[in-house]
Amino acid sequence: MLAKRIIPCLDIRHGKVVKGRNFEGVRDVADPVELARFYNESGADELVFYDITASFEERKLLSDTLIKVASEIFIPLTVGGGINTVDDFERVLDCGADKVSVNSGAIKNPALIEEAAKKYGDQCVVLSMDVKRCDGKFMLFSKGGREYTGIDALEWAYRGQETGAGELVVNSIDTDGVKSGFDLEMLAAIGKRCHIPIIASGGAGKGEDFLTLFREIPAVDAGLAASVFHFRTVDIKELKLMLNNNNIPMRI
Amino acid sequence: MTAIVDYGVGNLFSLSSSLKYLGFEVEITSNGDKIERADRIILPGVGAFEDAKNKLEKTGLIPVLTEQAKGGKPFLGICLGMQLLFDVSYEYGEHKGLSLIGGEVVRLADKVQGGVKVPHMGWNSLEIRKSDPLFKYVKNGDYVYYVHSYYAAHCENDTLATSSYGGISVTGAVGRGKIYGTQFHPEKSGKVGLNILKAFCELQGETK
Repeated sequence: MLAKRIIPCLDIRHGKVVKGRNFEGVRDVADPVELARFYNESGADELVFYDITASFEERKLLSDTLIKVASEIFIPLTVGGGINTVDDFERVLDCGADKVSVNSGAIKNPALIEEAAKKYGDQCVVLSMDVKRCDGKFMLFSKGGREYTGIDALEWAYRGQETGAGELVVNSIDTDGVKSGFDLEMLAAIGKRCHIPIIASGGAGKGEDFLTLFREIPAVDAGLAASVFHFRTVDIKELKLMLNNNNIPMRI
Repeated sequence: MTAIVDYGVGNLFSLSSSLKYLGFEVEITSNGDKIERADRIILPGVGAFEDAKNKLEKTGLIPVLTEQAKGGKPFLGICLGMQLLFDVSYEYGEHKGLSLIGGEVVRLADKVQGGVKVPHMGWNSLEIRKSDPLFKYVKNGDYVYYVHSYYAAHCENDTLATSSYGGISVTGAVGRGKIYGTQFHPEKSGKVGLNILKAFCELQGETK
């Protein structure tokens, strides 16, 4: 039976892991390689590295980190942040990434999804989207949730799927950092519109939030979080056992 | 030494890293002499069948690969590399494989129940159908990582393990003599995957 996935996200800046609240006020937490090792030992099903500033100098730091992680941790690795061209895909895939997540880069140039999918396969292209409610509609934001795009998020997700995205990361700006649970309403709406795997992001505050997520929204394949795992509020090993005991299929 | 066949398909970083991590000597190569001298051969692959088959043909390595595999050298095809072992694939047309293992590669979407997602992506548990040295360090129910939209069918006699998905038994691993294939990615399947690669690298060839 296919297991639901638990995915810690490592937001990286200056070669270190950081986590903010509603994308603001980031603070340093830990060495990414050390944290990746810890998560792998705890049973994380995948790791996501998100380069949150993605300046030219910092990319080198990220590449070094990735190579170290990919040399000793053998679970799927996804990299996002500053992915604007097919060359950016190549840059991170060469360092051992398995999937590449595009966000603002695809908003600037929607053809990027199709180009990358043709070259590397759908399974490699993850469409990550920051979504917020605006006048009763789910709307897409770019640049780490700072910029309103005027694009309907459900249409964007569907279009991404049709042009070659193999997976969707749906991050709710409304629930991100609030720690009161995932945005079930938003995830249900996207799940109804799309049939590719959906990774829920934004809002996890405790283990039960993951149980509610998988119970209420069967279309969701994975739950992603950062701070609850970094600060050990939720232990991945215990979380997976709890979910498994509640009949959510988990890789134990 | 284990030769990983380089024919311009897929990312070989994790595969070679995982073998090195296990302490095995590894060489990524498209050189026929090196492949002949290797103790074992791994044929990786991601992407589309036709494109991969064309690229493999262009390297001119097909005769040496089939000769080595048939001669009893341990051989492992991974993901699309496994699919290439079969007689035929129906991915966008009809394409001949290497016919090292009998069977055909068919579209998952035609077989799974309606509403089930394709690609089959994520961690799924192994149902071991035949005990085999490949599973020396692995037990029934262990999880492995899959990403694929096509799968091998009509290969029951050589099927070593399957995984349940969308109402069907997806062929997870096949073996005929020392020729093996895994649909899942052992190099991305954590400790379980490393244990499968370790068992493969401990196999001795019949001719050397």
